[in-house]
Amino acid sequence: MNGILLGRYTVVLMIVMGSWGCNPGSDHSDRAPNSAADTPRVLYYFTWSDYADPDILHEFEQRTGVRVVVDTYSSNEELLAKVQSGMTGYDVAVPSDFMAGIMARLGLLSELDPQRIPNMALISDHLRGLPFDPEFRYAVPYLWGTVGIGYDSAVIPTPPQSWNILWDPRYRGRISILNDQREVLGMALRSLGYSLNSVNPAEIEAAKAKLIAQKPLVKVYTSEQFDQLLVSGEVVLAHAWGGPVARAMRERPSIRYVVPQEGGTIWTDCLVVLASSRRRTLAMEFINYLLDVDVAVRTSNRLLFASANRLVKDRVDPSVRENPAVYPPPSLIPRMEWMIDVDGAVQLYDRAWTEIKVH
Amino acid sequence: MCSSIGIGKKGWSFHHDAPAFVHLMRLNAFSSSLLPLWPALLFLGVFFLAPLLMVVGMSLASRGTYGGVEWALTLSNYLRLADPLYLGIYLRSLVMAGITTLVCAILGFPLAYTIARAPQRWQTILIIMILIPFWTNFLVRTYAWIFILRADGLLNTLLQGIGLIAEPLPLLYTDGAVFVGLVYGYLPFMVLPLIIAIERIPSALEEAARDLYASTWVIFRRVIIPLAKPGIIAGCVLVFIPAVGAFITPYLLGGGRRLMLGTLIQQEMLVARDWPFGAALSVLLMVLVLLTLILTRRYARWDGL
Repeated sequence: MNGILLGRYTVVLMIVMGSWGCNPGSDHSDRAPNSAADTPRVLYYFTWSDYADPDILHEFEQRTGVRVVVDTYSSNEELLAKVQSGMTGYDVAVPSDFMAGIMARLGLLSELDPQRIPNMALISDHLRGLPFDPEFRYAVPYLWGTVGIGYDSAVIPTPPQSWNILWDPRYRGRISILNDQREVLGMALRSLGYSLNSVNPAEIEAAKAKLIAQKPLVKVYTSEQFDQLLVSGEVVLAHAWGGPVARAMRERPSIRYVVPQEGGTIWTDCLVVLASSRRRTLAMEFINYLLDVDVAVRTSNRLLFASANRLVKDRVDPSVRENPAVYPPPSLIPRMEWMIDVDGAVQLYDRAWTEIKVH
Repeated sequence: MCSSIGIGKKGWSFHHDAPAFVHLMRLNAFSSSLLPLWPALLFLGVFFLAPLLMVVGMSLASRGTYGGVEWALTLSNYLRLADPLYLGIYLRSLVMAGITTLVCAILGFPLAYTIARAPQRWQTILIIMILIPFWTNFLVRTYAWIFILRADGLLNTLLQGIGLIAEPLPLLYTDGAVFVGLVYGYLPFMVLPLIIAIERIPSALEEAARDLYASTWVIFRRVIIPLAKPGIIAGCVLVFIPAVGAFITPYLLGGGRRLMLGTLIQQEMLVARDWPFGAALSVLLMVLVLLTLILTRRYARWDGL
């Protein structure tokens, strides 16, 4: 969100960064380090605000002598808008699955060389062959997770089995819903037994009507503050991403996470090299580093997101491994659905969402 | 938008200076070279006019596949603006901005009067106190309101502490919270022009009115308000314009339950990836602002100001 608001300053920043990218100094950056010892190599990493762990990046800097400059965003759309605006100077970014597909089709991504990313071989099976990029040509999964319900077990002792608990009048004014058209309509679609990628106007209409009926119970639509609201007890049910709920549990141990029986969104954020990058070799070296087992174990422990590296789950702290908000039980995976871009139906979703909001 | 505020300011609150200002401009243009104007013109051209033209141009294009912009000329975005679905959102933005302006005027006037009539030393201190919040980013100050208004926040804790309420009140994520945020954010824009306007009213006029047995209320209504009108109008324009397009306040304090013009533009541009329709909405916002300025100007003239 901060990113949206600070966009104006970011544009200025990007103009500055773009001009750095053009100056002769950085042209040396793809050479071997000893041949350009006078110009320190720099890598521009554009990532989610909760993915930038300074220690993990610092280790890469120490290992390679490369300086990693981090800039963050808080939504896929913000990432796309910035990258689409032209010369950004960024090398590596972390779009979610469907957005990686869109960016690849828009020609914004550079092809990956599997030779340079040997850790690609370690990606979990359930993250392989996905529709947006089955062969990891442009994008390789990094961290993944689910969308479910974060709830306070002190108030709701039995784990909710259905999304319909978000329509339970007993919790009026103590429910938060993501502020995200696709996720929210998708959740309602799943609760009605439809695909969350439905392009059928009648199904979207039904989901809309159901969400309008829910609105009087909803305290807030937010994608950023639900974890704090769970901790403070202002909401007891949150339509939520797993990672922030896992972090909220540390502050309020009665918080739990569950994916209802109807299933919901499964997602993975992918590492990509931007087509405009001038340091592609270095960028792929960095991607391989982030997927390294030891690095990924520490990433998973610290950020509380599941790693795409299949060797990681057995090596993380038991409390992280057994937390369903971080590592969903394998039995859940068949019930989950990947969100794909519904380009033709975007306006249907947008209209339904606007109607919910004006109601 | 900034420059239209500037024009507004010169047109009304400093109305008496306007002819001199225009005269000076003409003198400058004709008697000396245009050269010193070039940096400013270049700056306005690159950073104001060009983006503005881009927005207008984009509003005539259509949404391409995957959310790009396709340069096929169409008026469909403007037709979509008339969709009844969106009319409610415009109306809501205008009403919210109108009420904000009114509340700012009612709160701001006594404050401005007190400051304008305070001794010189106090006046400086009081004006600095109004300006101090500007040293911090508006976003940070809006976040502060979240901590004040939430269930375990400052206000609820205080009210519970003195035993006024048993359960925390739902303050955050309501229209009331948005109003508080808007009034808080824009009150200085009302107070500052009012101070200037009231300061210019000689206190001898008030004394004369009092000598003629006018009550305080009559003095206020018949002497001060009419003479402070340029300041009131300038303040109202300065509050109303940013309030119509406000984004941060409704987004953070409103809890995403309702849309306003600012949040709708953001949704269309970023979420629906429909830049042309977002651009058309931006043009609409500019037209609304322009209409406000024209109406205000007409009203101000008609009133003999």
